[in-house]
Amino acid sequence: MTFRSKILESWKGKSLHDVFELCRELVEDPNYPTVKEWREQGGKVLGHFQVYFPEELAHAAGMLPLRVCGGQADGIEAESKFGSYLCSIIKTSLDLALTGKMDLELFVTHPICDAARNLGAIWGRNFPYKAQILYLPQNANSKYTHEYLTFEYNRLKKDIEGVMGPISDDSLKASLELFNKSRALMRELYDIKRETPWLIKAEDAYVLTKLAGMVTKEDYIELMSWVLPQVKERNLKKQDKMRVVFEGGFCESPPVELIQTIERSCYLVDDDLFIGLRYILSDISTEGDPVESLATAYLDQSSYSPVQHDNNKEKGDMLLARVKNADAEAVIVSAAKMCEPGLEEQVTYIKMLEKEGIDSFVNEFEENQTSFDQIGTQLETFVENILFSEEVA
Amino acid sequence: MNQANQDIVGRGNKEGGALFRNWFGELTEQAEQNNRVPYVFVMGSMNEILKSFDFPVVFPEVNSLQTAIRKDSANLLNQAEDYGYSPDICGYVKADLAMQLNGGKHPMGTIPKPSMAVFTNACNTYIKWAEIWERLYGIPIFTFDVPGTRADGTASQPGSEEFKAEQKYVKGQIKELIELCEKVSGQKFDIDKFKEVLGYTNRMMDAWKKVMELNASMPAVFNALTDGTVFLGVANGFRGTKEGAEYFENLLEEMMYKAAHHIGTLTEEEFRLIFIGVPCYPIFRKFNEFFTDWKGVFVHSTYLWFASGGSNLGVQYDLDNPIDSLAEGILIGVRDAMDSMFHQNNTVAKLLDPYSIDGVVFHPIKSCRTTSTGQADSRNWLSKNTGIPTLIMESDMMDERVVTPAMMKNRADAFFEGLITRKQNLK
Repeated sequence: MTFRSKILESWKGKSLHDVFELCRELVEDPNYPTVKEWREQGGKVLGHFQVYFPEELAHAAGMLPLRVCGGQADGIEAESKFGSYLCSIIKTSLDLALTGKMDLELFVTHPICDAARNLGAIWGRNFPYKAQILYLPQNANSKYTHEYLTFEYNRLKKDIEGVMGPISDDSLKASLELFNKSRALMRELYDIKRETPWLIKAEDAYVLTKLAGMVTKEDYIELMSWVLPQVKERNLKKQDKMRVVFEGGFCESPPVELIQTIERSCYLVDDDLFIGLRYILSDISTEGDPVESLATAYLDQSSYSPVQHDNNKEKGDMLLARVKNADAEAVIVSAAKMCEPGLEEQVTYIKMLEKEGIDSFVNEFEENQTSFDQIGTQLETFVENILFSEEVA
Repeated sequence: MNQANQDIVGRGNKEGGALFRNWFGELTEQAEQNNRVPYVFVMGSMNEILKSFDFPVVFPEVNSLQTAIRKDSANLLNQAEDYGYSPDICGYVKADLAMQLNGGKHPMGTIPKPSMAVFTNACNTYIKWAEIWERLYGIPIFTFDVPGTRADGTASQPGSEEFKAEQKYVKGQIKELIELCEKVSGQKFDIDKFKEVLGYTNRMMDAWKKVMELNASMPAVFNALTDGTVFLGVANGFRGTKEGAEYFENLLEEMMYKAAHHIGTLTEEEFRLIFIGVPCYPIFRKFNEFFTDWKGVFVHSTYLWFASGGSNLGVQYDLDNPIDSLAEGILIGVRDAMDSMFHQNNTVAKLLDPYSIDGVVFHPIKSCRTTSTGQADSRNWLSKNTGIPTLIMESDMMDERVVTPAMMKNRADAFFEGLITRKQNLK
């Protein structure tokens, strides 16, 4: 099924500034207008919870893979389904589905954390369509893991085929190629952030990344192919801002206002925001069995996050590499409120950064938070302190 | 009480306590000799492999809950929070970290440092927890990955292609774990010793399943919350050992005797309850009294399932095909432990009649998203589909700052007033 969103057509002819405004409106709209339009045209939707999901499998079947990542919702419908001690994204994701803002044919969650695994069962009790856990391996280092993951992807593929009909190897390979292009464009966006952060606002890069989870890849590639050259051609001056990495947004993500708050005193030169969309770091092979290639990519060509244990990816070392690669001066070590893996990893990161003599600013956020003054003041003070100590030195 | 009663009734709790003291005594000796031992967890301890190497084992979850029962957890949580950990993460992890920082000092002895850690994915916090030791001590850690049920009622069945693929993955990891144990211990794996260990586990699991089934008797022969926690300690710490097998066979004998003579628990029984979740260890006895004061007895709990790593199923290993059979048993058992937390509603519903249940008590806690996230929805499902009265009360298993006894008692009182009215209306 070929689908081109009229909504995403509407950026054409607009200025870069207006395109970014449109992207922000789309990613903040809890009614998912791009998804609604897809459905109105007869399209079916696979919703997948954070962090990583092999979207190519859904795309090859003609489904729209929709990243389920919470959003602005009052949470009233979902409130009776949960207890008190839980992160916001789990609650708002279910709420958006219960209130009919996000209609799906299939829901997939992952064993990224125990709240997310529970979400599969809860979803299954509340909706008539199939809700399942994709058991991505937690033992990335066993020599038996690749075969298992290939099996697990094929199992999921069968479930998707149950909704959409057969997926041929050729169509899956075509999807791999398309997603490779999309990922390359995202890497280009992050190169700009690292190398010339003054050319794009952090909030604009943020919404541009997030948008990838709710539109077709065809539309996204066309948009990014126009946006990125425009950004590079901008004649903007570099400002005297501190270069920082933001770590802790791998699942629940902060509101755009928090990114704006950071941007007032810092250049956000790298981050783990929506890392699942950028998890595969290099092109996936289109030779051989495409499902095996997807499994190889997850295990051997991927980034890191607190929710995947891999003996070859010590998280502290991985963050340090991110900081060095981005030539960052400090790290905002954040975590979503009530996020068990994020809060646990936060301590690891802080201790490692202390050992390495890298300054860190520690905070917690929530996707629905509305007050940013305090964090803005604290962050400005943090930056001033570092600048002052550098001057003294 | 006659002589036969005196000899047998209460034996399980007494012997369980003695085994526990011996276990911690042995661990203290290991610590004093600066020996390191493997750290494992209740949901998939892999004791069958570890005991084949005669490893003493540490269960950090058991250590941590003991600190709460013995009123030592508040200090430890504060210490871990001073170190940097959030008040909102698992209290077991924080109590353990503080103990590690204190040289293993524990109310029951001294906990030796880890030589390695083995953990399944049944709880994701296990993984984060083991990563802490990995960084503190530079030890090898082994994530034993067990594919769980993808959607309620769809667990792969032995003989199916799906089951075969999962079993192959589990079996492969067993082989790799054996290699790691050989490296850490310096000993070769002994298949005959392994079969002996499996035999002990078979005896234990067979008896454990029967013990739980006996609680369908009226009155119940044991309290699933209080007595059950003692049994669980032995089921974990002594899995794969002669002592563990004999303990559960003796326990079965005791429970059969009690059932035959209609001997119940220490308190009167009028209401039969199921408990969902993890106990409230900071007020362990008092929590139980909220219910026993109204003649309520917990006759079953999901804790008995998941905290025994699925050994409640009574799976029997084939000693002629030990590795394959262990892979199958681990897959079925650990998966069942996960189902007890994520998909327990159908299983609980099936117990209501056979166990003559009057009500179900849900206890979500701050510390544990694994056991708590789905409880409110599961409760809604159970109420809607069975009409069984339910109570939900939120607190914690470690952190007394979020345990509110007065409020919890009020809720329990209101629950029983409802149960009494319901019983009267049914008469």
